Amino acid sequence: MATQRKSIKRTDAAKIAASEPDLGFTGESLWQYAPSPESTDHVVLQKRYELFIGGKWVAPKSKKYFATINPATEQVIAEVAEGDAADIDAAVRAARSAYEKIWSKMRPSERAKYIYRIARAIQEKARELAIVESMDGGKPIKESRDFDVPTASAHFFYHAGWADKLDLAFHGRPYRSLGVAGQIIPWNFPLLMAAWKIAPALACGNTVVLKPAETTPLTALLLAKIFEEIELPPGVVNIVTGARATGAALVAHPDVNKIAFTGSTDVGKRIQAEVAGTGKRLTLELGGKAANIVFADAPLDQAVDGIVNGIYFNQGHVCCAGSRLLVEESVHDIVVRKLRDRVATMRVGDPLDKNTDIGAINSKMQLDKIRALVAAGESEGAERWSSPCALPKKGYFFPPTFFTNVAQSSRIAREEIFGPVLSVLTFRTPDEALEKANNTMYGLSAGIWTDKGAKIFWMAQRLQAGVIWANTFNKFDPSSPFGGYKESGFGREGGRQGLSAYVEVG
Amino acid sequence: MANETKRLGMRLSVAKAYKMYVGGAFIRSESGRYYQVSGMTKGSADAEVVNIPLGSRKDARDAVLAAKAAQHGWSSRSAFNRGQILYRLAEVLESRHEELVTSLVRAGATESAAQIEVATAVDRAVWYAGIADKVSALVASHNPVSGPHFGFTLPEPTGLVAIVAPESPTLLGLVSTILPAIVSGNTCIVVAGESDPRTAVIFCECLATSDLPGGVVNVLTGRAKELGPHLAKHREINGLDVWTPDAALRTQVERDGAGSVKRVKTHGAEAIAALRDERAGQGLGFVERFLEMKTVWHPAGL
Repeated sequence: MATQRKSIKRTDAAKIAASEPDLGFTGESLWQYAPSPESTDHVVLQKRYELFIGGKWVAPKSKKYFATINPATEQVIAEVAEGDAADIDAAVRAARSAYEKIWSKMRPSERAKYIYRIARAIQEKARELAIVESMDGGKPIKESRDFDVPTASAHFFYHAGWADKLDLAFHGRPYRSLGVAGQIIPWNFPLLMAAWKIAPALACGNTVVLKPAETTPLTALLLAKIFEEIELPPGVVNIVTGARATGAALVAHPDVNKIAFTGSTDVGKRIQAEVAGTGKRLTLELGGKAANIVFADAPLDQAVDGIVNGIYFNQGHVCCAGSRLLVEESVHDIVVRKLRDRVATMRVGDPLDKNTDIGAINSKMQLDKIRALVAAGESEGAERWSSPCALPKKGYFFPPTFFTNVAQSSRIAREEIFGPVLSVLTFRTPDEALEKANNTMYGLSAGIWTDKGAKIFWMAQRLQAGVIWANTFNKFDPSSPFGGYKESGFGREGGRQGLSAYVEVG
Repeated sequence: MANETKRLGMRLSVAKAYKMYVGGAFIRSESGRYYQVSGMTKGSADAEVVNIPLGSRKDARDAVLAAKAAQHGWSSRSAFNRGQILYRLAEVLESRHEELVTSLVRAGATESAAQIEVATAVDRAVWYAGIADKVSALVASHNPVSGPHFGFTLPEPTGLVAIVAPESPTLLGLVSTILPAIVSGNTCIVVAGESDPRTAVIFCECLATSDLPGGVVNVLTGRAKELGPHLAKHREINGLDVWTPDAALRTQVERDGAGSVKRVKTHGAEAIAALRDERAGQGLGFVERFLEMKTVWHPAGL
């Protein structure tokens, strides 16, 4: 009987879907936009960037440099120093010296003012930073301009205010800073991740050695220029560019007190094993495979917007992306139809064009990984739909894509794709939605779409994820703790709770 | 005493079989293995030498199933109810004060040290009972985000925590490590101190009579070196709390726990000694070790 009722519902939904006018959102024909590129005239990149150690720009001991390219053009935009273990050692020494002689001794209210200065300078240089972020990493300028850079500044503002209020933060319990923090950040939000890491570390009285991602080092280096300009004492923050070996040297350095890492779960596990027995403090913000759950009683148009934002924001290079869409079966067809119509209007192309919705995939390596997982999805029997949008001839691009008829066991439902690829699954009851949502080693985020408040709380209490977005998705704020359950890592970034990562509380 | 009784032709005392406590039941090791513990038995019906189950890796896996089964029910009890149960535990511990003192003395403590340890343990149980429904108020937050959203962050239990309890203080070690884990809704598997786990078994009898649901606390007896790394690698276990002066074992469980991104906390001799301190041995920080922070966002608007 129940089955019969379900099938009637489903037919109704299909009818509604069929009765909606076909707006012809199937390609470019109706929606031509003139190019609207952000001017890059006033942005002058150096040909070559050195390491920022002890307040000075120093050549890497190995004399080696690597190219950083614009993934939208495949052109080299700058050369960057490749730091090795010797450079890491110099940076840690500089950080240690700055910690002992200056930063840990400074009055907290003075520390706060340095951090406020950083926040202000980011605002003043916001457009330059946004342009370089989009050039180096491929993200649409509207995202780097309206999200990454302002949020990075906000993180410094927020944490500046904590610097002289830490005695209030821990209910009067005794606390102390940790010392030198080694921080390794990913390529998906380069400046923002630098801010997430550096701001709380400094506010809590630690000094920093930061290793930016290999493919996106430039905005961290521009941030170093800001540190110079606002006269942050030498050695308080040191920036050592490089690849995996550089990060490994930082993790292995015996005089580092704390490691903070954002990146893949695989690398996070290796780091956790590496620091075993060393007494180093560790926080990990790792991968995700978030369920975005749409109930039949949800406002579907808003939900579709949330689905799109959840998975196609920043080309899907988001650890908390809503990459598993769980749709209540009775509205599956209509949601898929609306999703297809909406995604077909998205503009993929030049990251510096102000109308671009989806920019370039960050690197050739990542593009290959996305292609491989999409091929796996097809060979495992899921049905693929990709936007028919035109892709630029040069550069690394991938059309927004989703799969329907996805089995839970499929690789595209289990593995983090980290690209603009959504897997659509269905459920019939809230229990089933919950079971499927939690059936993953990850636990970073989850989305719930329904008009029923009680259902939101019932789900929110049971979803094993560090961040739950109800009737919204991909929202971030420096006052809002962010971080994972299970194999998505431990520790929080943001909020009062995030401070614990950078202090020892008695 | 038992021998003396026999010689005099008086009543033969009934000695207790010391067993592990898993899923609310007192069990022997599935492996059939045992090891022997001897000690002075003043005031006790026990034999000079008692056989203790030598818990196996399979016992550890069985305990995981028991703890997992109890997880949802325990974490969805009200904080008030969990507090009541812990207070009940304090009452039961107090009622067994003499037995616990005797057990600690037979394991090597002086009479006065044992008296202090039991009293501190009872008081500590009362302390944790009282914090059950305050943890959220102390660590949660409303997040004043920019934009039309209502956001808040709440604590939740990490899940299943494996504890390697300190050898000494025995009773205080158990109370100080188990209660802060379970008060927030975690379940746990505990490897009791190896040298004399009899006090741990008496403690389990207290747990069993405190209305604590079976499976919330599971206590294995055996070798920390054998069971610790196995628990550290078990993917269904979310947290590890290892109290041992053995630095090599601490390093090993930290490394083994990395394979499933466990929350691994290890503590050496200094931290173990500090458990005896009335203040340093308890606190919100002990509870926070196995909490996860969950942040929830919802739009606020028409």
